[in-house]
Amino acid sequence: MDTAEKIIEMPMSEDYVFQETKKILDSVNKSGVSVTGDTNIVEDLNVDSLAVMDVVMELEDKFDISIPLNVISNVRTVNELVGAIKKIKEEA
Amino acid sequence: MGLFDRFQPLISSLDEVSACGANPFGVNLERVLSPTEAVVNGKETLLLGTNNYLGLTFDRRCVDAARQALEVSGTGTTGSRIANGSYSGHTKLEQALAAYYQRDHGLVFTTGYQANLGVISTIAGPDDFLLIDSDSHASIYDACRLGSAKVIRFKHNDAKDLDKRLQRLSGEKGNKVIIVEGIYSMLGDTAPLQEIVEIKNKHGAYLVVDEAHSLGVLGANGRGLAEHAGLDDDVDIIVGTFSKSLGAVGGFAVSSHPEFEILRVACRPYMFTASLPPSVIASVTTALEIIEKEPKLRDNLWANVNYVYDSLDRLGFRLGPTKSPIIAVHIESRELATHVWHELLGAGVYVNLALPPATPGSTSLLRCSICAAHKREQLEAIVRTLAEIGERTSLLPRARAVGA
Repeated sequence: MDTAEKIIEMPMSEDYVFQETKKILDSVNKSGVSVTGDTNIVEDLNVDSLAVMDVVMELEDKFDISIPLNVISNVRTVNELVGAIKKIKEEA
Repeated sequence: MGLFDRFQPLISSLDEVSACGANPFGVNLERVLSPTEAVVNGKETLLLGTNNYLGLTFDRRCVDAARQALEVSGTGTTGSRIANGSYSGHTKLEQALAAYYQRDHGLVFTTGYQANLGVISTIAGPDDFLLIDSDSHASIYDACRLGSAKVIRFKHNDAKDLDKRLQRLSGEKGNKVIIVEGIYSMLGDTAPLQEIVEIKNKHGAYLVVDEAHSLGVLGANGRGLAEHAGLDDDVDIIVGTFSKSLGAVGGFAVSSHPEFEILRVACRPYMFTASLPPSVIASVTTALEIIEKEPKLRDNLWANVNYVYDSLDRLGFRLGPTKSPIIAVHIESRELATHVWHELLGAGVYVNLALPPATPGSTSLLRCSICAAHKREQLEAIVRTLAEIGERTSLLPRARAVGA
């Protein structure tokens, strides 16, 4: 099922992961500050815990990976999130 | 840095909400008169926010059973089951729950919150996966944090989305445990259990259903969504609460897994807390007999649900997708929702106000819970009041027939 949603495997650059993550974060960003690698997702972007978990779901679909919530519970900044996604993708 | 400095945003939010004239999260029921009435701010108020679905809190048989247990066994157990022993009433209630659910094992917890916290955090280990609905109750989210399993969230009531996420885990050896709720506490909608069971079977996963809001409400015998959907045998563990239809406090889990009883010495929220007072156990045991033997209560409840849902729908209120004893009026603006909530309380109608992020999406909700003991004239008064305030506050389009 859902084979149409499968993303064709190709190596992902850090910048690509960052740009795609930024796109999704931009859609929930209520603060007006622009998203950089050092942005603290909850504090700087003024998003609640539920919105962060929704972002994680979108990232899972975007990169076709599983991102367990407890695995990324220590993630604070965008760069940390990008690093976690890269790591999961490489281990997959 | 002050101890409470980091709560400043929350303090500001609470101040903002309370600016309507009252703190919606601190309502005092000065005197409770019946399952459907209480005195609030010195005024007799109709209760539409209790979760007291079958109205058993003042049932003579439950009250008498509790009083007798209080006299015979004292005010409390003063300890936990593992350290301080099990009273016979606790064991009998566990047997009664297992028999009612046609399972081999039943466990009683001190609250419904702890039942979810304990079962979910314990049954899945570090190599396992918990797949939880995105609208899950806080007790399920907290269970995920307490436990060691990897947690994946799927889109609310979306079996196809669950399938996709399980598919991604197909190479993983660990168990996959799906958690859904019989009735979701905010919108009052039910899980699409047939589809969820199909996905569970396809992936060889396990299924836990939390029947907190559906016990006593759904199914010919009131067992909940699994019974209603004819899928009792496909659910591995059922979790539930005594604090809604059963009219007391406490939680439970039932299962036919042969090793289920090991939870008694492995599940920390079961082990390290005092067990329920004998009076609570007695009233719950009696209430359980009543909900099984008196389907009339459920008939009354659903007649009331139909009346209120259809009336509010006709008036033009935006309601949740499914008819259930939880009827959620959707209001986009948090300020308007708070204002309408306060106006209702002033007019003698108490409903629950639910604000984001406790609500799905960014909607605010006036959450109305219907009771079998609501009389028709009470419900007519409630609908009339909602209609008047809805029009006055521009929540409803004007010139609708009031009380239609």
